[in-house]
Amino acid sequence: MIGANGAGKSTLMRTIAGLLSPVAGTIRLDGQDTTRLPTHKRVAAGIVLVPEGRRLFPSLTLEENLRIGATRARRGGWNLARVYELFPWMAERRDRPTAFLSGGEQQAVAIARALMANPRILLLDELSLGLAPVVVHRLYDILPDLLAAEMSVLLVEQDVTQALRVSDWAHCLLEGRITLSGRPRDLAPADVEAAYFGLAGKHAGGPG
Amino acid sequence: MVWVNALVQGILLGGLYALFACGLSLMFGVMRVVNLAHGDFAVLAAYLAIAVITGLHIPVLWSALVVAPLFAVVGYLVQRFIIQRSLDVSPLTTLLVTFGLSIVIQNALLTALSANSQSLPSGSLASASVQVNGQVSIGYVSAMVFVTSVVVVVALQLFLSRTGLGRQVRAASDDQEAASIVGVNVRHVYGIAAAIAFFTVALAGIAFGMYSSFDPAAGPQRLIFAFEAVVIGGMGSLWGTLAGGIILGVAQVLGAQVDAGLGVLAGHLVFLAVLALRPSGLIPARIT
Repeated sequence: MIGANGAGKSTLMRTIAGLLSPVAGTIRLDGQDTTRLPTHKRVAAGIVLVPEGRRLFPSLTLEENLRIGATRARRGGWNLARVYELFPWMAERRDRPTAFLSGGEQQAVAIARALMANPRILLLDELSLGLAPVVVHRLYDILPDLLAAEMSVLLVEQDVTQALRVSDWAHCLLEGRITLSGRPRDLAPADVEAAYFGLAGKHAGGPG
Repeated sequence: MVWVNALVQGILLGGLYALFACGLSLMFGVMRVVNLAHGDFAVLAAYLAIAVITGLHIPVLWSALVVAPLFAVVGYLVQRFIIQRSLDVSPLTTLLVTFGLSIVIQNALLTALSANSQSLPSGSLASASVQVNGQVSIGYVSAMVFVTSVVVVVALQLFLSRTGLGRQVRAASDDQEAASIVGVNVRHVYGIAAAIAFFTVALAGIAFGMYSSFDPAAGPQRLIFAFEAVVIGGMGSLWGTLAGGIILGVAQVLGAQVDAGLGVLAGHLVFLAVLALRPSGLIPARIT
């Protein structure tokens, strides 16, 4: 999900996660209406959000932050051992608070915390915000591992190139409406640009 | 030696204040709610204890086994159906609502049970004490209350730091929204925290009733002591509340040793001094 600032990306993510209620319309997961389901029950249904700004718990240790992610975990392959296997450095600092971690490390903990719930849909909001490019690159390197684990990732990203590189399907959002949809390889850069900035013209609307 | 005895009595009295204040501290630490009806709920618990003692013909200590669990249920329901609704509007609304609860409880007690002062029939327990030496003696009731308050604070700390539910309480206290997106049912967790707070309020109400007589209007006056203990210790810190209670108790008893009328004033002065010099309290910490 790409789009300019204020396009409604985070609003969409927060609505899917249940933090906001839609004014109209429904949210369905495999045909099941989840529109009225409270946030914590959506976690049990498999919808898990990694929020913008990471939102780790400052009074919990790193490991407690991970464990609390499993509060309403579904059955699945993710557990503490598997997370520590993916991120060995977390095991070494498990008893420390997360405030001392770098931004990239905190983002990794936020992702790992969400994985502990064994989500079906992982919502990643502004994964790269405020992080150094090299750190962002490292985080994107683990995405294929996640996708292999029978999990769908809905990624909100301002870094369009990065987002299109890793995704199977892309949507461009503008003022709350989808202006372009398609497989990244089918999307012409000019179309993406037009949809992104809302330039009216023959490209807008796209092939989607 | 007179002073040593005063110090010992002050520490023991501090146990009562700490027991009374830890529920206030917990509710503030977890949901940022200042329960202005805290003192009135303690008085209500004492009246309930009288009813249980006379109704079931059981000794005063056993009444806690009935009243405290009942109060835990009341706390959960009050949180879910009254305080939570005001919390959803704004944090300030909770002040109005708990103030309203305070008035309702006082007047309901006044209407139903008259303004006559009551005390818990603690029998021989009330005057029983251990003579340590010529000057220092420790009353059974105050020793028991002190031990109870330490046990309650330690148990609460262990619950918060070691259990999964305690972890959820801390997470909800840190960041309500983030807690809900990791699957924590924040409203339920708040209810649990209130249930625990009300459990301790019931214990404190019964302890207070064994110390001194009470009437329907006694709540707000006691709430001040709980407030002072919480503020001296540091808002939201349970160890701080225990320390704050003890400091308040010691100040009051030492003050009363100087002059019988100075007791409560000395406590207020220590409270003011801490507020002026160290506004975040002696152990400023959130629930951890």
